[in-house]
Amino acid sequence: MAGESLTLIGFWGSPFALRVKWALELKGIRYQYVEEDLSNKSAMLLQYNPVYKKVPVLVHDGKPLAESLVILEYIDETWEQNPLLSHDPYEKAKARFWSRFVDEKCVPAVMATFSKGGEEQQKAAQEARENLKTLEGGIEGKRYFGGENIGFADIAIGWLGYWVRIVEEIVGINLIDKELMAKLDAWIDDFLELPVIKECMPPRDKLLNHNKAFHKLLTSSST
Amino acid sequence: MAENHEGEVKLLGFVGSPFTYRVQLALKLKGAQYEFLEDNLEHQSQLLLKYNPIHKKVPVLVHNEKPIIESLVILEYVDETWNGNPILPEEPYPRALARFWAKFIDEKCLSAVWKAASTFDEKEREKAVEESQEVLQILENELKDKFFGGEALGLVDIVGTFVAFWLPAIEQLVGLELLTSEKFPKLYNWSHEVLNLPVVKETLPPREPFFAAFKARLESLTPSK
Repeated sequence: MAGESLTLIGFWGSPFALRVKWALELKGIRYQYVEEDLSNKSAMLLQYNPVYKKVPVLVHDGKPLAESLVILEYIDETWEQNPLLSHDPYEKAKARFWSRFVDEKCVPAVMATFSKGGEEQQKAAQEARENLKTLEGGIEGKRYFGGENIGFADIAIGWLGYWVRIVEEIVGINLIDKELMAKLDAWIDDFLELPVIKECMPPRDKLLNHNKAFHKLLTSSST
Repeated sequence: MAENHEGEVKLLGFVGSPFTYRVQLALKLKGAQYEFLEDNLEHQSQLLLKYNPIHKKVPVLVHNEKPIIESLVILEYVDETWNGNPILPEEPYPRALARFWAKFIDEKCLSAVWKAASTFDEKEREKAVEESQEVLQILENELKDKFFGGEALGLVDIVGTFVAFWLPAIEQLVGLELLTSEKFPKLYNWSHEVLNLPVVKETLPPREPFFAAFKARLESLTPSK
């Protein structure tokens, strides 16, 4: 749109930046992407996100926003084509709930499985499996969280699928059981195959190597 | 417009919990009629198992038998379902900012204060107190009007009742001094403005159940000698 400037500040390996990219692409919104070097944060990032100093940050006509789920809602409310959230308040509530559930429950448990060892790791893996099984319930027998088409929750949660599989490969622990969590497994495959989703994703080996390096860092620095 | 989508509204909650309270305040602001079902933290009530079997947490808002959980999710649902006295601004950017700050209070403020109040290691506590003060300073800087929501209460003020009511209660319980008028004059004044609003005054819970639960939790954390 003429006169409007839209910039996404992100990091290629950040799943939270990827959420925002997916939303922008799905809605066909044009934007400028700026890659941030997280080991040497730019003055721009610190200016636009002084509270958390993290990516992603969306800057629309000079107005900055941080926190990916907040950004997703903003995008959905500002550009109304291809709506991510339903009009129905109850459906909205469910989408919001599952998105937060992933961030607040699944991610910490998977992260602990990734970074810990021994018994702590086993416990974390068990918790992760339980949370993932619970998450599966949110699909409610539909094709996607959003129904026949992907919606807010799919965009918010979709990255978890590829990240968990990478974690499984690196630590050698199974988290998404193909039999016990068949529905979740199928949803991950379906979602990641969608063209607009696939196109935005960084190459798998790049991600794998990046996470392997991260894993080494996490497990070697034990107090 | 007929308020017929009101239907049957139940709120399952814990008296004294800041999370339950924010929903009560929102419902009151909207003039929504509801039945309050008190849950007891000690024994998981049958109601809780019925309406929130998987996550087993309060508050749960049950609207026409459909349960909604997570207080921030509930607040948005209430705002969308009942007209009048909007909790969130109308325009997307201020709405986004409101969501950001509400999340900030929940994710940074509550945990920092809890750590400061419940850590027994002196060094750790000092760190947590410092962190709490940083958080309060950020809020202080952010407050530009009478309320975070402008001239009237908004989402951030509703979530912020934790700072206005529960924080002083915790300070009193454990002997901390965080929210002072010298360090945070705007926030301090704001907390008094909020607590003096009739709608807030009328709905604030008694302190005792919260004190009791808080003390119990502290005791369960006490390192054994």
